[in-house]
Amino acid sequence: MPINIIVCVKQVVDPETPASAFKVDREAKRVVPASGVPPVVNGFDENAVELALRLRDAHGGKVTALSLGTDFVMDVMKKPLSMGADDLVLLRDSSFSNIDSFGTAVALAAAIRKIGNYDLILCGRQASDWDNAQVPLGLAELLGLPSITTAKSIQVRDKTLIVERALPDGYDVFETPFPAVVTVSNEAGQPRYPTLRGIMMASRKTPITWGLSDLGLDASAIASKLSLLDLFIPVTQKQCEFIEGENDADAGRKLALKLREAKLI
Amino acid sequence: MSGLMVIGEISDGKISSSTCELLNAGQMLDDTLKEGVVAALLGSDPGKATQDAIAHGADKVYLVEDPLLKDYQIDAYLAALEKVCKDTSPSIILIARTLIGRDIGPRLAFRLGVAVAQDCIEVKIDPNTKGLVGNRPVYGGNAMAAVTFTQLKPHIAIVRPKSYAALETDGSRKGEVVTIQVKLDPALVKVKLIKSVKEPSEGVRLEDAQVVVSGGRGLGGPEPFKDLEVLAKLLKGAVGASRAVCDAGWVDYSHQVGLTGKTIAPDLYITVAISGASQHMAGCSGAKVVVAINKDSSANIFKEARYGVVGDWNKVLPAFTEAVRELTQS
Ligand SMILES: Cc1cc2nc3c(=O)[nH]c(=O)nc-3n(C[C@H](O)[C@H](O)[C@H](O)COP(=O)(O)OP(=O)(O)OC[C@H]3O[C@@H](n4cnc5c(N)ncnc54)[C@H](O)[C@@H]3O)c2cc1C
Repeated sequence: MPINIIVCVKQVVDPETPASAFKVDREAKRVVPASGVPPVVNGFDENAVELALRLRDAHGGKVTALSLGTDFVMDVMKKPLSMGADDLVLLRDSSFSNIDSFGTAVALAAAIRKIGNYDLILCGRQASDWDNAQVPLGLAELLGLPSITTAKSIQVRDKTLIVERALPDGYDVFETPFPAVVTVSNEAGQPRYPTLRGIMMASRKTPITWGLSDLGLDASAIASKLSLLDLFIPVTQKQCEFIEGENDADAGRKLALKLREAKLI
Repeated sequence: MSGLMVIGEISDGKISSSTCELLNAGQMLDDTLKEGVVAALLGSDPGKATQDAIAHGADKVYLVEDPLLKDYQIDAYLAALEKVCKDTSPSIILIARTLIGRDIGPRLAFRLGVAVAQDCIEVKIDPNTKGLVGNRPVYGGNAMAAVTFTQLKPHIAIVRPKSYAALETDGSRKGEVVTIQVKLDPALVKVKLIKSVKEPSEGVRLEDAQVVVSGGRGLGGPEPFKDLEVLAKLLKGAVGASRAVCDAGWVDYSHQVGLTGKTIAPDLYITVAISGASQHMAGCSGAKVVVAINKDSSANIFKEARYGVVGDWNKVLPAFTEAVRELTQS
């Protein structure tokens, strides 16, 4: 049975930006992306794309990537396509600039209904910018679907999904009917690298772009319920004492003596 | 709408440690709010836990009993919590960011049509508006945000475990227990647990260890983790790892420390060839003393460490381990 999957993906500030290059505009309450560091597709969303592609390759069907934002970098956002997704739908509207998780879920749910004919909605377990892990569960609520979080594998058996949920010390196996919302964790394994052919194909595809009105929504439907009072970089007053020696081994020995002196060992 | 509600979790007939923490947080907020702290407890036989909740700070307990609530099941728990919230209209709800809280908290908020302040490490009441303010790490811990809500209530915060201490058990505390009747239809249950696979760790549990020795990508492969194990054994500690190492398959995910791994709070945390990314540090902010061995003097880990050696672990670690052996065995 072919399975149609919609994968929600988000463009985020590169989370591997070194802490020293991480800047905040406290006045505007915004993160200032480090210069020369392009945004990326949220890592867990790539894990979700990977699982979607594995399911499609095994069962047939279609994978549609869906994203909401204001300032998409097209080379970045086409990554799911170059990995092998069939379509890309971008929701872009100036009203999305201060959108919260609630509004995001409302807009994405409207888009999912408009795309229609879906069996499975996949999302990354959380976005690496706000680490909220809310939108997928909001989609499940708004679309009236069952939800399973932090999956490491998904299989289709008859009319049900079998999902392994990654846990700190092991995993649970769940069964749920479709359609369903499942969030994917990095335990699912490395996302595939786009092939040259994939990149070529992606470059020829034009994403479908919808604004708020295309979704049949007005600004009040996505109005923020949360507001940001402050955004700042915490200061640490920690002072590191560097232990030096004649060579690395000597420094290692001296470190042990130091910890002994401090009664830590 | 009034009152502060803590959504409780029960394990082994008692309320969980994170529930105790939230009851204390709730009491602190109630100093300003003055509307009382209630605990919502769900289960097939949660009655035993009600006194425990009261002894830990609940002024009142709302109880829902149903066979379908025996173990956590998202669809049944959601339906029960929705009913409790609609019947009792709390103005503030606190949920712990546990496996259960993360799974159900945001869904409950959407069902009630309200927002959530996710992953708070501190919650406060604005004395003027009586609204909730949450302080939380964002961008993997690189930044902190203070968030608040519009007028729409309840205000819901999902609070990171171990952000608050628990109150001492006080058996003399009194509180009312109110049973809430909920009709749960078995057809409501969509997500079914068919198997639970536990991969228990050997030796000292990472989360409880007083000493943790963690390795990072700079170790270059799985073999050096044997050396870390030797060191950890000498110190009666446990072995941790960065996500990079787990993703590479060098050690099992059960060793991962960090934002999406385990939260540890040892007295001594020794990191070897770990760069100290904010997402890693998010899991060990409770460590009393951090020690770093890293060849890059500009690595972020040295900003978080109390003691550091800038050097190649291949040379530093064997000498360090040998000296530890001599010191701890003499
Ligand atoms: C949403 C999200 C969640 C995340 N959650 C987690 C999490 O829970 N836990 C976690 O750990 N990470 C997490 N990460 C990943 C995190 O951002 C870093 O990528 C990761 O922690 C890096 O691991 P590392 O320090 O081992 O590797 P690297 O950053 O590659 O650091 C390796 C270090 O080894 C040093 N080194 C190399 N060779 C030697 C040598 N011979 N001797 C001494 N030192 C040497 C290098 O100088 C370097 O500092 C998350 C990321 C995201 C986006």
